[in-house]
Amino acid sequence: MASPVTLSAQHLTRFHGRQCAVNDVSFVLRRGEVLGLLGHNGAGKSTTLQMLAGALPPSTGMVEICDISLARRPDLAKACLGYLPEQPPLYRDMRVDDYLRFAARLHRVTPARLAEQLQLAKQRCGLLDHGRRLIGTLSKGYQQRVGIAQAIIHQPTVVILDEPTVGLDPAQLREIRDLIRTLGIDGSVILSTHLLHEVEQVCDRAVILREGKLIFDGSIDDLRQHCDIESSFLQLTAERPREAALP
Amino acid sequence: MILTLARKELRSLFAAPSTWWMLALLQFIVAWFWLARVDDYLQVQAQLAQMESAPGATIAIAAPLVNVLAIMLMMLIPLFSMRLIAEEHRNQTWLLLAAAPISPAHIVLGKFLGLLAMLSLIIVATGLMMLTLWLGTPADPGLIASNLLGVWLLAASYAALGLYFSAITRQPVVAAFAALSVSFGLWLVELGGGALRALSPNLHFQNMNAGLVSSVDLCYFALFITAFLLLAIHHLRRELEG
Repeated sequence: MASPVTLSAQHLTRFHGRQCAVNDVSFVLRRGEVLGLLGHNGAGKSTTLQMLAGALPPSTGMVEICDISLARRPDLAKACLGYLPEQPPLYRDMRVDDYLRFAARLHRVTPARLAEQLQLAKQRCGLLDHGRRLIGTLSKGYQQRVGIAQAIIHQPTVVILDEPTVGLDPAQLREIRDLIRTLGIDGSVILSTHLLHEVEQVCDRAVILREGKLIFDGSIDDLRQHCDIESSFLQLTAERPREAALP
Repeated sequence: MILTLARKELRSLFAAPSTWWMLALLQFIVAWFWLARVDDYLQVQAQLAQMESAPGATIAIAAPLVNVLAIMLMMLIPLFSMRLIAEEHRNQTWLLLAAAPISPAHIVLGKFLGLLAMLSLIIVATGLMMLTLWLGTPADPGLIASNLLGVWLLAASYAALGLYFSAITRQPVVAAFAALSVSFGLWLVELGGGALRALSPNLHFQNMNAGLVSSVDLCYFALFITAFLLLAIHHLRRELEG
């Protein structure tokens, strides 16, 4: 594949106390790709994404975003990055416009381009009529959209979305999936989800985590190869026999 | 970047109704005390006129007022500062700042300046109250200025202290309690006497309260504020960058 690497994770490991949450995970993301991060609850998806976003330092391993080391030049690397955490990082007492402007300024959007970027982000996330609303009064689905708008307002090369479709109704779901596909044309997107058909619909590649370990990295077609995607996922992530689970 | 964060902090402080309540209460108590002092002064004015070198209106009315303000700020600032960082952690909004291309120093300084701007408003309001002295008597502008500068530096010190405790815990209440305990402890140290008194911001404020602005006191405040801000930055850096 010729397209350049936008994000590379090498041997990421993270301990929470003595428990190993993520164990030696490596993968790369290329421009124009939408990568799905799959796994059961507690498989280490959110921890991995937090490390990719520079919000949590890895115990060992390194992350490069657009060939910039996240550990060495966090300011430059994070400027190429948009991140939606599992729980949208919203200030409930702010208005949508004010909040998005604040997020844009944090990501070094220049004042000259602020209004234009704000309008574009709101339009992409279907928030045009909600600019004056207090975030705390919005429904969960709209809060999720504000969270996504916050992650894309500075037009980052890499967008990291942690369960972006939680709490959306079916119509919104389709809009957001279309949006993710559009984001994956110019830049690259990495998203985590439990929903297999979502991966099937929007992702080019999938990475599957189990108990913090990377157990699958390949295209959707690879995953689909044996039989239908659901049973291959369940097969891959199934509980291992007891004796095998012991170190 | 720091200003963006400071402006946001100031706005969210004023978005909370509790801030307005606390400001109103503070203003009410200060005004009440002010009127009480003026009243007392007027009653003893006849005797004062007989004295050789009687205390002026500024030292009898304004200085004690600022002293009361200092004690109230000691108790109130932890309530304002507790949320600064601890609440970001609790509401998960911390991740927005953590993933943004800003350094821990930006975050700490932005939040500190935001809170300090709000505290400056309180001090300006008290200053305006003191200007009314000129309505009735010639007042001492130097003493008023040293008092206001002193209480402003004291407020900044308590804000830095509160910010540090807000950075190291995830519970705003714990942050408030810790900051209050330390500032109250330092106040008691000053009352207790002994060599340790020099550690207390209150002692250095007392000099300025009496009209003495010395470089020792200014250095002390600068060191106190810088030390706690650096500790907070260090803590956040370790959390973000390992």
